[in-house]
Amino acid sequence: MTTKKNSSDETPKDAGENAIFNKETEGLSQGQIVIRRFIRHRAAMISIVVLFSLIVVVYTALDWRIGDEEDPFIIPGWWKYGFEDMPELRYGADCINGSVGCPTLDAVPFLDGDGVSMGEHPFGQDDIGRDYLALVMRGAQRSLLVMFIIGAIAATLGTIIGSIAGYFRGWVDAILMRLVDFIITIPVIIIGSVIGFHFGNKGAAFLALLLGLFSWTGLSRLVRGEFLTLREREFVDASRVAGASNRRIIFKHILPNAVGVIIVSVTLLMSGAILLETALSYLGFGVTSPDVSLGLLISNYQDAFTTRPWLFWYPGIFIIVIALCINFIGDGLRDAFDPRQRRRLSRKEKANARALQSRAEFN
Amino acid sequence: MGFRAHGRRDMFAYVLRRLGALIIILLGSSFLIYNLAAISTDPLEGLKTSTAQNKEQLIASLTRELRLDLPPPLRYFLWLRGVLGIFVGNPDFGNTREQQSVVEAIANAIPTTIRLVFVATIVALVLGLALGITSALRQYSRFDYGMTFFAFLLFSLPIFWVAVLLKQYLAIDFNDFLVTATISPPWIIGLSLVTGFFWAAIISGSRKRVSLVFSIAFVANVIFLSFISATQWLAYPRLGPIAIFILSVGIAVGVTYLSVGLADRNAVKSNLLMAVIGTLVYFPAQIVLGSDRPRFGIFVLLLTLLITAVSVSFIFARIDRGPIIRTSIITSILIGGLILVDQMMQAWRPYVESDDVNYRPVATIGQSTIWLSEATFWIRVLDFAMHLLLPTLALTLISFAGYIRFSRGTLLDVLNQDYIRTARAKGLTERTVVMRHAFRNTMIPLTTIMVGDVAGIVGGAIITERVFAWQGMGTLFNKAITSFDLNLLMGVILFLSTLAIVANLIADLLYSALDPRIRVGAGKK
Repeated sequence: MTTKKNSSDETPKDAGENAIFNKETEGLSQGQIVIRRFIRHRAAMISIVVLFSLIVVVYTALDWRIGDEEDPFIIPGWWKYGFEDMPELRYGADCINGSVGCPTLDAVPFLDGDGVSMGEHPFGQDDIGRDYLALVMRGAQRSLLVMFIIGAIAATLGTIIGSIAGYFRGWVDAILMRLVDFIITIPVIIIGSVIGFHFGNKGAAFLALLLGLFSWTGLSRLVRGEFLTLREREFVDASRVAGASNRRIIFKHILPNAVGVIIVSVTLLMSGAILLETALSYLGFGVTSPDVSLGLLISNYQDAFTTRPWLFWYPGIFIIVIALCINFIGDGLRDAFDPRQRRRLSRKEKANARALQSRAEFN
Repeated sequence: MGFRAHGRRDMFAYVLRRLGALIIILLGSSFLIYNLAAISTDPLEGLKTSTAQNKEQLIASLTRELRLDLPPPLRYFLWLRGVLGIFVGNPDFGNTREQQSVVEAIANAIPTTIRLVFVATIVALVLGLALGITSALRQYSRFDYGMTFFAFLLFSLPIFWVAVLLKQYLAIDFNDFLVTATISPPWIIGLSLVTGFFWAAIISGSRKRVSLVFSIAFVANVIFLSFISATQWLAYPRLGPIAIFILSVGIAVGVTYLSVGLADRNAVKSNLLMAVIGTLVYFPAQIVLGSDRPRFGIFVLLLTLLITAVSVSFIFARIDRGPIIRTSIITSILIGGLILVDQMMQAWRPYVESDDVNYRPVATIGQSTIWLSEATFWIRVLDFAMHLLLPTLALTLISFAGYIRFSRGTLLDVLNQDYIRTARAKGLTERTVVMRHAFRNTMIPLTTIMVGDVAGIVGGAIITERVFAWQGMGTLFNKAITSFDLNLLMGVILFLSTLAIVANLIADLLYSALDPRIRVGAGKK
């Protein structure tokens, strides 16, 4: 459809530019084109690097305890404190402005001439002396975990249910889509609160699992829509005539064509998921103490903002950086999968296009 | 698509069918959520661990009261029987744990939430449209990239985090600032630089032109802010007839430019005359609005302005009256708004100096100051506005990013359509192409998105209400969950999901009303 439209829309001005784009994609598979376009998306690439480093830093910060409670096998993290350790609380003379548990991070080398240093507690300490860096790392671990679990479950369920509904249509479709309607009418924060209030104490992973069971609806609608159009295409008829089973048609023939829609919507769903988790924890319906999440940290220390702002800033910045990265990656993916999307030509390339075009007219 | 709807009767059948589906969906989702909540809840939990003497008795009475002896699905049908009474005119949504009727509790909470959501939605829509359209018209400019980043940043902000920041900087610090209301030179320079960059980013063209725009915006802003600071205007705000006249002329020119273009001399004349009349109306308006019947005063003011607007445009417009009348009416309403704002500003000093406000006008919690029974109408209105300020700002910041992205995307789609090329080809001005042909078609999907979004925004209001301690639906919902109040919980959820479904139905109907290519019910044959 789109290619047809593009070619009929073509004006002389576009012709030269088209030549450049066609040349670039010559001999490449669809997947290669998508990957190329994605790599060219600067914001998305920066986001991928940032997010990946963040994940590595966050998950290697604290000790991993594997095995039984009494005598665990410990993989040491790069940070000296754990989130449950309680070192001595610094106050009085240790802190400049007389606050309690002040941060020791010195990231600006020029002001006092000490150079960049982490110090004892770079992010400060909480009320009872726990190291705040360790707490934020633990919180980020939990929030990321929740995000990935919700994303994985929603992606699987949404894809499967959407495919089945769109492929088989009829009463299967009707039943599945009414189920979607049931869930979609209730605002997600409300379902989340009801679940979180009752199951939040069973751990972040379990909470994420349940939340995932209710977040697939939007995706399944999208996938169903894709399937409804794709199933009428000739290649589906061809494989059916060749004797392919329904399962094979769904997973081998149609699904790869719908993968762009799915990937994009799952990334956006994940950025929504991390905000949902933090919001629920903030309301008190999410991850509960003694475990830690970024939303819970903000909720605990929002009143301390005037006196100890760092308790509020650090978890917030982590949430924003994670969500921002995911959003940009999603945006990059959307552009990469969109066949109509074109990158902006540089001035030099535009000149080339003009030259090509005038040559074409001359001939 | 081959099916042509046969007008009103099909529409009616379609609405009926959708309403039927609504009831079935509500039944399903309420069953789902009721059992989910009931299975996972134990209202007796608190009692079981209590040390009260009559523990057994208390447990027994609560069990009887909440029918805990029955399994949840059965209890659902008991609850449903009460609710279905709505068809015989006798609905029973049950009572809350405090023995208040659920309907009453919700009815008390709704106005608060609606006030919050309504204002935030309007502000978000207007701002989002303006920024999104500018962004689309300047595609791939610095401004466009800046807006994209800004929108993504807003998408990624947790609303409660923004709210705490707003409380600190816009309430606590700003209140401190208002005592002196003098802006320090570094701030003036900084703010002016930001304004300069903003305008320079929007204006495209040669480097010379951009730097000229930057300098003009910078200097104008420095002068403006210095004036504000020197006169302590923020502490003693007042418009007065002169400022109203200047602003009215600005509004008249702006509205005319956007709506019919400055080439239409008759429209310009009628709008400028409207600005003059608006300024003259300002003087008698002081008496009417300051009287002891201010609501009647507002009505009279707006009616007067509207009548003048219509008659003025009848005098000037000989042909093509419709657009000119419309422009004048918009101008007159905006000028009326200015006069009302001025009235609120006059109440500012008495409000700020009163004992209960005590020089801290920007409120951080609650929906109104409780005293004020003896205060004048305008002080009460001002009090409302100051309490609305921060929550609205927080909700707006969160929701208008979506409008920026959406209006940008839609406008870009529309601008690539053939009819836009036709419009340009037949020599219409760029303003007509954008405002008449493109903008209106951008509004169609935007309207439906906005209506469909209502339920989502109400959901978002839950958090906002918590941060700013408002007593609305969110508070009710929190209470219902934490006190295991199943009746109240079901009431709130039923209300919200009905709202969501009805809003979606309205969105679909609006879509078909606005876009003749779309027919509701088509294709379902």
